[in-house]
Amino acid sequence: MPILRIFKSGTNIKFMKIKKLTLIISSILFFLSLALIFFKGLNLGIDFTGGSLIEARFKENIDLSNLRIQMNKLNLGEIQLQTIGSENDIVIRVQEKKSNENKQTETIQIIKNSLSDKSIEYRRTEFVGPKVGGELVKAGILAIIFSLFGILIYIWLRFQWNFALGAIIALIHDVILTLGFFSIFQFEFNLATVAAVLTIAGYSINDTVVIYDRIRESMRKYKQISFDEVINISLNGTLSRTLMTSLTTLMALLALFIFGGIVISSFIIALIWGVLIGTYSSLYVASPILTYLKQEKRQIN
Amino acid sequence: MVQFKKWQLFLVILFSLFAIIFSLPNFLSKETLKKIPSFLPSEQVVLGLDLQGGSYLLIEVDTESVVLENFESFSDGLRLSLRKNKIPYTKFNIKNNNIFFNIKNDNKKEELSKILSKYSQEISFEYINDKLMKIFFNNQKIKSIQDNSVLQSIEVIRRRIDEYGTKEPTIQRQGLNRILLELPGITDPERLKKLLGKTAKLTLQIIDDDLSWNDLKSGKTKPGVVIYESDNVLDPSGSPVLYAVKKRNAISGDLLINAFPTLDKGSPVVSFEFNNKGGRKFGKITSENIGKKLAIILDNKIISSPNIREPITGGKGIITGQFTFQEATDLSMLLRAGALPAPLNIIEERTVGPTLGADSIKSGKFASILGFTLIIIFMFLIYGIFGIFANIALVFNLLILLAILTLIKATLTLPGMAGIVLTIGMAVDANVLIFERIKEEIKHGLSPIATIDTGYKEAFKTIVDANITTLIAAIMLFGLGSGPVKGFAVTLSIGILTSMFTAIMFTRILILIWLRKKSPERINL
Repeated sequence: MPILRIFKSGTNIKFMKIKKLTLIISSILFFLSLALIFFKGLNLGIDFTGGSLIEARFKENIDLSNLRIQMNKLNLGEIQLQTIGSENDIVIRVQEKKSNENKQTETIQIIKNSLSDKSIEYRRTEFVGPKVGGELVKAGILAIIFSLFGILIYIWLRFQWNFALGAIIALIHDVILTLGFFSIFQFEFNLATVAAVLTIAGYSINDTVVIYDRIRESMRKYKQISFDEVINISLNGTLSRTLMTSLTTLMALLALFIFGGIVISSFIIALIWGVLIGTYSSLYVASPILTYLKQEKRQIN
Repeated sequence: MVQFKKWQLFLVILFSLFAIIFSLPNFLSKETLKKIPSFLPSEQVVLGLDLQGGSYLLIEVDTESVVLENFESFSDGLRLSLRKNKIPYTKFNIKNNNIFFNIKNDNKKEELSKILSKYSQEISFEYINDKLMKIFFNNQKIKSIQDNSVLQSIEVIRRRIDEYGTKEPTIQRQGLNRILLELPGITDPERLKKLLGKTAKLTLQIIDDDLSWNDLKSGKTKPGVVIYESDNVLDPSGSPVLYAVKKRNAISGDLLINAFPTLDKGSPVVSFEFNNKGGRKFGKITSENIGKKLAIILDNKIISSPNIREPITGGKGIITGQFTFQEATDLSMLLRAGALPAPLNIIEERTVGPTLGADSIKSGKFASILGFTLIIIFMFLIYGIFGIFANIALVFNLLILLAILTLIKATLTLPGMAGIVLTIGMAVDANVLIFERIKEEIKHGLSPIATIDTGYKEAFKTIVDANITTLIAAIMLFGLGSGPVKGFAVTLSIGILTSMFTAIMFTRILILIWLRKKSPERINL
């Protein structure tokens, strides 16, 4: 006999009762996220903007504002300084000036030279040329579009068109809300974040497909009851699995977030947010939206 | 589904053994690995630069300048041959890799066509109007110039990096005109970048044979000569042979436009070609020094010292020697690679210092183990004995994943480690699906065996659908970007496949064996 029972078996939560409310909330969040993305924008990392980054560990105490003044004197373009983790770990980001195209690779060296009187360990340096940045943006957008499209086609083949449409609406909802999340908190959006977004897409669709599978099965079983009720039954039937999987995944992610180090933290934040939003959208977006996309005849392939 | 076939059990045992044997080296220290017998695998998974520290450089070869250079050289030759054949022309000019000129006499057109047809493999030409001729390199020629210059650059870069003494560098062509360099252990690439920025110097000079070997060895020299070591010829005592080379009349490798291996009287030789200026100079020098030796000097070492047998005019020559064809190919490659064929631009550079890499390994390892432990405890608490079965499958899932990563020499990056942890989180999903389904079936009051059978059958379809969609997203990640992210995509994709396999095969067989042994009256889940 299992030791722990978190989930009562045989729940009967009326998910569909609040479908209008959740769809309205989701729509508001969706458009809010879109507005944020367009007006506030994303805090794009140098992967996408091009530029240089230095992560330095100072072996002496430093005054960040003095350092900032010193860096600005170098006249390299827009420079951001930020401590990470501890007081003495500093990240220097340089958004390259467009004019000095040729000298870009030297930026890191110029900064290192100007700091040569201090005792510093260079933990990480990065330089991305503007051309590469542009290409990475394109690759990132294409990867997201292609995977959405691939998933759409697969679900279309396995289910009916309205399921495919519902799944893809839920997916776009997840992707946009994740971007909105990154915009409002201004977390750095880099190549790893795009990878996270794709993983979120994969995770969220995983959840949705499991539920859709059950809805399809219930549609065959219960022909006499309303579609809303069919969905309720299916969501309750899969609920403990949905929560179980989200919990185990979140556990692993939290361990990575707390102990995995600063390098992947923005990547992990994106994943944690994605698991939460993906679980929510499978229950409250992907499923209720089916009731609006339902075909005339309840015919099963 | 209740019965499992003998071969299924066999397969599971086989995979378990495979997983243990090939993943084991990853848990051992380098010292222990040296001690294990050689018939056992000792490969460890390759760590990405973000974990072991090192530099990643993406270099763009300016191939356009090479095309232009070649084109100018071609147009010089063309002009010369127009003059030689007495074909009058006006307004000869080069614009955007096109040659334009007016031909004066219509009756020379046929002769011009004849000259041009000699180059038909590399150029296209057309009359814009009655008189105006337009000549340009065809796509094939341009592509071959680009390909050559990128391959040459890679060769030059490799030679230079070898000289720099880097352990296991990776040098790869990327796309049309890019070169990817991965240099483990190089945590301050500035010196290397300077080295790559330099042009290797190649010169052809005459060897002065007035001084004997003994003179040279004892350090004797004379005005006007420089002493060079041979790159590949050793004297009886094992040290490189020395040559005295005349300073005067050096021909720079810059003037070389091509070199390729070919056959001369049945033996492999290197054929080389100067541009016009180099050709004239070469002709003059060789005719003045018949019987002497020519030193081909690269990076201050003599790579070859052929005899000058006759004056070489026309800018072309061959280097004979006791070459195999491979050696001739290598030498011509070196001759071509003497100088970088084109300027190199570093367009992306990422360097991770050794301490950050070590920190990342430490924190990544700790987080992975913690996440794994939490999940295992959780699964046991929720599913009891079934949770233990799932956990055994989970451990083997991890081992199989690690074994595959090691075998295919995939690179493990920090996001890749996150991918493994995420896979563990998601791997339990298949088992959760099955167990939850079994729970539901229990309510229907079937026998334990029938319950488990139905549970597996119903959950199976869902598992496949759910995992394929995730796999689609994971595969799309391959196309995205470099290093770390790709590492994530690799571990995630393989993890999805192994987790499906272990969840379905491993746990099922474990549960069925348990059922047979215990034959419980009802299942508590």
